[in-house]
Amino acid sequence: MFDDFFYRALLVGVGVAIIAGPLGCFVIWRRLSYFGDTLSHAALLGVALAFLVEINFTISVFIVSSIVALFLIYLRAKTSLPSDALLGLLAHSVLALGIVVLGFMTWVRIDLLSLLFGDILAVSMYDIWLVFLGGALVLVILVAIWRPLFADTVSNDLATAEGMNPQRARVIFTLLLALVISISIKVVGVLLITGLLIIPAATARNIASGPVQMAIISTVVGIIAVVCGLFSSLKWDTSSGPTIIAAALVLFVITLLPLRRVIALLTDYSNKRVNRGVE
Amino acid sequence: MLDGTLVELLNVGIKRESRWLVRGVSFTVDKGEIVTLIGPNGSGKSTTAKLLLGVLEANEGTINRRKDLVVSYLPQSLSIDWTLPIRVDHFMKMTGKVSDDNVRSALTSTGAEHLIKEELRVLSGGEFQRVMIARAISRKPDLIVLDEPVQGVDFSGLVELYQLIESLRDELNCGIVLISHDLHIVMAASDNVICLNGHVCCSGTPKSVSESEEYLALFGRQVEPGLALYKHKHDHTHDTDGALIDIRENSRITSNMDQ
Repeated sequence: MFDDFFYRALLVGVGVAIIAGPLGCFVIWRRLSYFGDTLSHAALLGVALAFLVEINFTISVFIVSSIVALFLIYLRAKTSLPSDALLGLLAHSVLALGIVVLGFMTWVRIDLLSLLFGDILAVSMYDIWLVFLGGALVLVILVAIWRPLFADTVSNDLATAEGMNPQRARVIFTLLLALVISISIKVVGVLLITGLLIIPAATARNIASGPVQMAIISTVVGIIAVVCGLFSSLKWDTSSGPTIIAAALVLFVITLLPLRRVIALLTDYSNKRVNRGVE
Repeated sequence: MLDGTLVELLNVGIKRESRWLVRGVSFTVDKGEIVTLIGPNGSGKSTTAKLLLGVLEANEGTINRRKDLVVSYLPQSLSIDWTLPIRVDHFMKMTGKVSDDNVRSALTSTGAEHLIKEELRVLSGGEFQRVMIARAISRKPDLIVLDEPVQGVDFSGLVELYQLIESLRDELNCGIVLISHDLHIVMAASDNVICLNGHVCCSGTPKSVSESEEYLALFGRQVEPGLALYKHKHDHTHDTDGALIDIRENSRITSNMDQ
């Protein structure tokens, strides 16, 4: 039951959850959910191009996502279209381009489903190194830009006026997002990366009372979701990515429950039974 | 730039597309000086403040800022997203290192010390404003820019607020830029008033502005001259809680209205 590939997947999944936790908080705070979606759609094009020019697909995905992100920033400044329209335009264009490019390469046979929804079988030792070294880099950079990025999230004017240089932090954050997307494709797949970023952070929001606390809880929730999701997918032979996201959803729903009231009701109920028994 | 000068604007202008938002604006802010920007809506008061702060880039003219200037900025509006779980004490330290003592004493000076552990998004408009002012104070700035700090503050709270700003200037010896559309209270506190309407209409000491023909053309005579008089006639005013304050002794009067 416990093959090597499974532990590799577990390791990579936990690694990705650790990075996605704090980054996901910023995605929620800065209202970048659809931005994340657009970047992950671009990942498919990245994969297709990786096959075309025969380079490592993590690098190719990172480059393509970064270019799409920077292109979006450029379009925002140049056109009068609203952000959501621009995001939709880019997301679907790059997704379509990715599929078209894949279609051209008749000599390449790719399991499209594993790209879209993740594939634990594809995880290699190389991926583990990538996730942990890349992840460490992402976290170190995030800590370094935390202060200006957070101030910018609250108010760009305020951060700029008080000398925080938030513009730089903002661009760096966008690149970090592209990096995380490129290293988490194998775990949850192109379509579900944003879910891994957002759902643990949203779950953490239900509990947390401070930004750092929320980032930590988000990470813990992500780890639990990955572990539960992967074990469930092994048990029920379901696709790994969607099962991880489903596990995260379950955790989110649990934090929505009025747990204190449920506990109070239960203790109340058992007290009554005890009292009745005494009578 | 002179020794005591913090910021200097020389013939500054900014345009959006082909329209000039403000143009030909020149003034300086010195240490220990209160400069008030007044003008109607859309006259470029906030824009000028943002130019001065470096939030917006000027299309023409030059802006000289003293090196290593510690700035506190109180924007006209700041909406905190509900997804941001941030408490008042963290917010106070957001853009720089501020000691716990400074945080507490600043909150005390604006009467908001009881809010220190509250989440920002649960504060009322008035409470939030006090926290914002406390945040500006706690940084021990060289320059404070307050963009309409009296929004939502009624007249009685206003006198108290301007007294606070004045005492700040005296304590920190900092420069203060105040944006307001109320001339009367401004007159009492500020050293230099600049009346904007896309350009500098007139400027000078408070008294000269209210006598200026250009100012009258802009605001008309509907500005009640009685308002300043009102202040002198009464021996008390109200703080932001509505409690009575004796103007002559500047102390709280315990009265039945308090209970």
